[in-house]
Parts: sequence; C-alpha cells; structure tokens
Amino acid sequence: MASWNYRRAADKARKWVLGTGENDGLIFKTGVYLLLVGIGFIYLYPVLFMLVNSFMSLDDLVNSMVKWIPTDLYVDNYVRAWKVLNYPTAFLETVWAAGAPAVLQTVVCGIIGYGFARFEFRGRSVLFVLMLATFIVPPQITMMPTYLMFKEYGLLGSTKTFIYPALLGQGLKSALFILIYYQFFRRMPTALEEAAQIDGAGYFGIFARIAVPMAGPAIIIVFLFSFVWYWNETYLAGLYFGNELAILPLKLQQFVDSYNQLYPPGSPGSQLNEAIKLAGTLLTIVPLLVLYFLLQRWFVEGIDRSGITGE
Amino acid sequence: MRRAFRMTNRRRKALFGFAFVSPWIAGFLLFTMYPMAYSAFLSFQDVKITPTGVKTHFVGWDNYKYAFFNDPTLLAKFLAYLREMALNVPVIVVFALIIALLINQKIRFRGAFRTVFFLPVIITSGPVINELLGQGATTIPNIEQYGMFAMIEDTLSPAIADPVLYLFRQIILVLWFSGVQILVFLAGLQKVDRALYEAARIDGASAWESFWKVTLPVLKPLVLVNVIYTVVYLSTFALNEVIVTIRNNMFSTFTGFGYATAIAWLYFLLICVVLIIWTALIGRQKN
Repeated sequence: MASWNYRRAADKARKWVLGTGENDGLIFKTGVYLLLVGIGFIYLYPVLFMLVNSFMSLDDLVNSMVKWIPTDLYVDNYVRAWKVLNYPTAFLETVWAAGAPAVLQTVVCGIIGYGFARFEFRGRSVLFVLMLATFIVPPQITMMPTYLMFKEYGLLGSTKTFIYPALLGQGLKSALFILIYYQFFRRMPTALEEAAQIDGAGYFGIFARIAVPMAGPAIIIVFLFSFVWYWNETYLAGLYFGNELAILPLKLQQFVDSYNQLYPPGSPGSQLNEAIKLAGTLLTIVPLLVLYFLLQRWFVEGIDRSGITGE
Repeated sequence: MRRAFRMTNRRRKALFGFAFVSPWIAGFLLFTMYPMAYSAFLSFQDVKITPTGVKTHFVGWDNYKYAFFNDPTLLAKFLAYLREMALNVPVIVVFALIIALLINQKIRFRGAFRTVFFLPVIITSGPVINELLGQGATTIPNIEQYGMFAMIEDTLSPAIADPVLYLFRQIILVLWFSGVQILVFLAGLQKVDRALYEAARIDGASAWESFWKVTLPVLKPLVLVNVIYTVVYLSTFALNEVIVTIRNNMFSTFTGFGYATAIAWLYFLLICVVLIIWTALIGRQKN
C-alpha cells in the first residue's frame, strides 16, 4: 500500500517535471522561460541602454562605477537635444510627411487590392504577378529617374515626392499592402455583396458600404505599418526632401552639426557627449513608442486577422 | 437577348475591375516602368546634370567595366553583401521560427513577450541604428571579456571561426530584423490543426518528431515568404553599404548618375541571384 502510494507520488512528480509527452513538463517550461527572457533581454538591451545613458550627467558617464543606475535624473541632456532637433517643428513635419502618404497608401492599396480580389478581367493575373514582382525591385533602380522627374517639376523638398507615388499605389512596400488587402478580400464571404448587387447597388457603392466596413483589421494594420515605415524611411527622404524638410530621423542624422551650430565648441559646458546624442535618439523614436504601446494589440494581432499568410 | 445581357454584365464587371486597379497601372507606368527603363538607359551613358537639363553621352559598357575593373571598393562591398545574405538571412529566419514556436506555447505573459519581440520593427531606422552602433549598444557587453572570442578563434579553423565571430559581434542587429517574420510564423502556427498533434502523439511521436513532421511542413511556404522578405528588407535597409555607395556616386562629380544607375542594376541582378539561390535551396528540401 505504502509503496503504491509512493509510486503514484513519484509518477506525479515525474509527470510534473518531465511532462506527459506534450510540452508541459517543468524542465521544458523552465527552458522556455529562460530562453524567452534571455532573448527578450537581447531585444530590450539597446532600448534600456539608450534610456539609462540618456539620463547620465557627464560625471556619471565618466564614472565607471555607474553603469545601469544614474546617480540622479539629469534632464539637461533632453533640454539640449530638444533644442538641437528643433523638436516641435520637426515633430509636426514628420507626422505630416509620414501620415499623409500612409493615409493615401491605406486607401489606394485597399481599392487596388479589392479590384484584384473581386473582379475577373483580361490580364488580371499578369498584372497581379507584375505587382508582386515590384516588391523585389530595389528603390535604388527607380529613384534616380524619379529624382530627375521630381526635380523637373520642382517637387523636391516637399512631401509631394512621397504623396504622389503613394497615391498611385507605388509607395513604400505598396506591393505588400496590396497583397494584404487582396488576401483579406478573398477570404471575405461574397454573399453580402451579391445581395447588395441584387438590390441594385453599384460596384463602387458595394465597395464603400460593404467591403470597407468589414475590412477593419486590414485597414488598421496597413495604416500602422505604412506610418511606421514612412516615419523610419531616411534613404529616400534624404534624397527627395534634402535640407528643406527637416523630419526627425534626418535631424538625428545631422545631430552633430546642428549641435555645434547651437552650442559652438569651446564655450563652457558645451561639449557634446553620448548622453545628449542618445537623448536625441530617444526623442526621435518616442512618438512611435507611444503609438506602439497604445495600439500594440493591433500591431501584433492584426497580422493574424489580416490573413497575410493566406489559406 | 438574355445572352447578350449576360455578356454586357460580365463586361461591365471587368470594366469596373479595371477601374479599381487602374491607379496601380498608372502608377506602375509612371513610377516603376518608366524609371526602370530610363535608369537602364542612363547606365550606358555619361550623365551630366546641368542647370539647363540632363546631358547624356553614350559610353557603352564603360560604366559596368568601371565597376568591375576600376572601382577600388565596389567588388569588396558586393562580396560583403553576399556574405551577409548567406549568413544573416538563415539566422534571422531560424531565430524568428524559434521565437514564434516559443511564444506559441501556452505561457504566461505571452502578450508582453510579443510586445518585446516586435518592438524593433517600430524603432528601426537608419539614423537610430547608427547612433546605437556608435555607442556600442548593439553588441552584448562582456562577451569579449570572457575570452569566448579568443577561444572560438583558437579552436576552430578560420573558415568557420570568422563567420561565427561575425554573427556574434552583431547578434543584436541580426535579431532586431526578425520582428515581422516572427509574426508571419505565429500566424502560420495558429493555423496548424491541433488534431494533427493529437494524432501524432497517439502514434507515439515525440514533441521533437511532431515538430519536424507536422509543424514544419505547414510552415514551409512561410519560410520562403520570410526568406524573401528578409532578403528584400536587408537589401534596401538605409545602412546597407551598397545602397550608400549608390547614393554617394549619384552626386559625385567624378562618376555621377550614369555610374550610380549601373551599380544599381548590378545590385538588382545580385539580389535576384540571391533570391533564386535561396528559393532553390528551400524548394529542394521539400523532396
């Protein structure tokens, strides 16, 4: 009797530690959590590094004893970075430069994706394959003629250089967004649209009144990704905007120069240090971080719902 | 009568389909087709941008010859690019797969982990990465102090040790590029039928076996999707040496637009080759 009890307890313990053949044993679980926390730390490390170091005074930076916790919250770095970036102006310009093309891309890619998903017409599959193929064409191929074109029409230095391609479904990663909409509309049941058609609604009406309201998850994911990618785009922005449009990431790129203009070298306490640069870096990404933490549910769940992986 | 009506109806629908897609067709011609053709043309020209307009002078294959025989750094940059495509791409995709499998377990704080792993997608831009690189925030601290690097260098032959060290030195950067790929895998994992695992377990398959026999076949198409995405993303990322070179040459008084377009076309070919090789490798494993 006692040995039977003992054996049952041992068996229970074994199951608890090793699991029942599924992935639920203690050892397995511990391993999973250790890995997740470890990899998570690697992901977070640069952000933590940035956050901690941006609050360090010069004394803390030099002091090798201070590694993770600054002796006090030194805000002066942020005050300077704020001025160097000319933050309020640059912030508004960035919101406009990223927001306008993102909105257009969200609308236009939706229309195009719907056209590919719901209509049969001659050449549709050829156009669709061409559309997918544009994804792998690097912008470096098209940017020089486009640059010359924009130059000829005097569009350089304005957000129109981003707006016009987005308006015609050729914005940043447009092919991906059209594909997301395409997959989404393909999966949508056709019954409602057919019913509306019998009631005499036109195709544009059906799209606007029935398809769009149902496409919520796809619309949100496309807008968020589009906004974030436009915000972070610096290569084309640097080329098309030049110095006339000072968006935040570009201001960050010129941080050292701007800093030296604002605080000429040699004047007391003017020396630029890493903490100030990191404060500037953090300031340029804070709007995106706020957006992300407010809407992260949509970022990370939207991909499942938008059906990008197909069926 | 009835048949004629049906035909027009179908035609009408096709016409509307065309109308929906037409913005893309216009954009494709204006912002993709025309620029591609024009840049192919420019790559055979010596281009001077003057205040009165663009002046071109036909030079044949000179720009391409210059790239291969005279440019002192370009070939090295292409080789570095190929090495990056050979090493970073599998690491990114495999890591994305591992992380997706880990988060897909029934674990606590799943949402929090997802948030963390997806964070880099939000904040990864050229200048930000540049600052972090400059401050040394992208390598794991102390990893070199413990003599691990020296140990690897001593025990392995250079052919193996170099890539390993290369990966370790920029492990954070490599991992930071795997956000979207994790989501794609996660979405795929959600679609695996639970009953299949059940059946595999009854047949006596271990978790390890059911991963290879059940999970991976479902994810296979997504592996290809992720590889393509990774290659394209890395190839056009603002810090990529080749694309920086292209822009520098655009405004160089010595080389200019003609040479820059030639490099861009070579680069495009290189990207295509990389994609073809990866696609072939993944496709072959199927058999």
